[in-house]
Amino acid sequence: MLLLRTAFKNILGGGKRTWLNVTVLSFTFVIMVAYNGILDGFLEEARRETQRWETGAGQIQHPEYDRYDMFTLQDAHGVAPLSLQTYLADKSMTPILILQAAIYPQGRFQNILLKGIDAGQNILELPTAKLRHTGTEIPVIIGQRMAGLADLKEGDRVMLRWRDKQGVFDAQEIVIAAVFKTKTTTVDAGQMWINITDLYAMTGMQDEATYLVKSENCPVVSDIDNWSYKDLKYLLADIDLMAKSNQTESFIIFAILLAIALLAVFDTQMLSIFRRQKEIGTYVALGMTPKRVSGLFTLEGTSYSILAVLMAAVWGTPLLYLFAQTGMKMPEVYADMGMGMSDAIYPAYHVSSIMTSIIVIVVLSAIISYLPARRIAKQNIVFALKGKIN
Amino acid sequence: MQPIISINGLVKTFPVGNGFFCALNDVNLKLGTGEFVGLVGPSGSGKTTLLNIIGSLDTPTEGKAEVLGHSIGELTAKESAALRNKDIGFIFQSYNLLPVYTVYENVEFPLLLQKMSADTRRKAIMEALDWVGLTNKEQSRPSQLSGGECQRVAIARAMVKRPAIVLADEPSANLDAKNSHNILQTMRKLNEELQTTFIFATHDEKVMQYLKRIVYLQDGEVERDETVNQPNRNE
Repeated sequence: MLLLRTAFKNILGGGKRTWLNVTVLSFTFVIMVAYNGILDGFLEEARRETQRWETGAGQIQHPEYDRYDMFTLQDAHGVAPLSLQTYLADKSMTPILILQAAIYPQGRFQNILLKGIDAGQNILELPTAKLRHTGTEIPVIIGQRMAGLADLKEGDRVMLRWRDKQGVFDAQEIVIAAVFKTKTTTVDAGQMWINITDLYAMTGMQDEATYLVKSENCPVVSDIDNWSYKDLKYLLADIDLMAKSNQTESFIIFAILLAIALLAVFDTQMLSIFRRQKEIGTYVALGMTPKRVSGLFTLEGTSYSILAVLMAAVWGTPLLYLFAQTGMKMPEVYADMGMGMSDAIYPAYHVSSIMTSIIVIVVLSAIISYLPARRIAKQNIVFALKGKIN
Repeated sequence: MQPIISINGLVKTFPVGNGFFCALNDVNLKLGTGEFVGLVGPSGSGKTTLLNIIGSLDTPTEGKAEVLGHSIGELTAKESAALRNKDIGFIFQSYNLLPVYTVYENVEFPLLLQKMSADTRRKAIMEALDWVGLTNKEQSRPSQLSGGECQRVAIARAMVKRPAIVLADEPSANLDAKNSHNILQTMRKLNEELQTTFIFATHDEKVMQYLKRIVYLQDGEVERDETVNQPNRNE
């Protein structure tokens, strides 16, 4: 307690130098928290959007299906196992049937993925209600990116060509029933969504699916009859990978910022030990062991970071709160990278992340303060008392 | 008189270049309770070195220095610190006050190291400040005090724990004549009232006027050891 009190008293007595160090450290701390908040917010938002639009709470995939290999689509379809029919019936699971197809907008040929989905599903955000028939025309829905790529808009008609179950080509005009807006590119670009009942009729693949999307209420969490269960960890692996890559970038930024801030602390500590020789000697003369004085100086250096955390709490809290409310506008280009994103990223501050930042700053300050302070224990106190550097 | 400091065949050498400089050579000395003694000699005679060894800030190269029953040189850093904290007070030429502390806090520091209770501490501090006439300056900082006042704070800090021994290294060197006499009178008074042993390292004539015993050092050896029967200023 005495050391802590003395350390705080000494650094508060240090005046401008102390406050300069504390300000730089607090700035670093706030940047760390804000940046971590953005990363966490970015990750959470991407995960949330992708779940809402694409993955649901998990998927049961046909044994042949590999989402990274389009050539598997030809064989990756079949009737879902009997044990899953209950969930399909109560709509806690919805089937998706994927086929390779082509469209001819304005006479141009364009390959697409034709995805059949139940018009009455309510697991994914896709506006599938628009797939219900109002006439004889087959309605499809597409995303904004697909609409842009194919130069299509709501109400447009376009020729669709596909292969049926026997591999025979067939073609029919379809109508764009709706153009939806989503940041999840993986359900948008190069794809058309069609009522799965229409797709069954068009292909003869009655009751077949490439994969089944499950809702939160569906209890299935394991492989069933060779159909493999894919959890969110697998389905969102790309996002996690990107988050990890961002974490590396952020680590480099933090390292640079911290290095600058801690260099200031180190410099102050070194200077203190040279300038405060008499004081060091006096502490020993008054009854402290040199090791304890060394501990005092280490604590002084560490106290900069404690003060910095307090200062950061004062000016950083309202700023970070405001930032969390306004969010950070994201350029469209981010969404084109294939991640489900909303228009703005809202930072998510987690206690664990903040605590980690605090611990990192305090521990590194302690280490950086100890390095010069350990010299004290080896000093000649008689020289120190006279103010001689030794 | 039972000696509280007993020095036998003390030798202290320092490495200088490729050789050694002998600061103290075969010093023998006994000092008792309540002495007001000066180690007197020119610069380099070894008086400060002897004072540092008595204060357990330094250790003998050879020989034995026993202080209050503790053999300096055989003490661990912790034991040595405890001896300084409880039984030895230091007064330095340049006061060595802690700059960011108030007068009160400077005097309080040795007591905090002793983990004394707040009430006892306050009483002891106020008494020490009263001895040196600085009760009205308790909230001042060293930078707001004159040299004489700073040295009086240093005396209060050395005396507040009621040590058996006070070591004063050239305490008047930075003071004018009036202030020198002032602090010496204060120390002399405390010496007589509390029977604290004061040991000075000095070559100041003003200090010598107050000493009851003078140990003359020359080139690291005790040249003369004289008792002054009637110090000139004993008021």
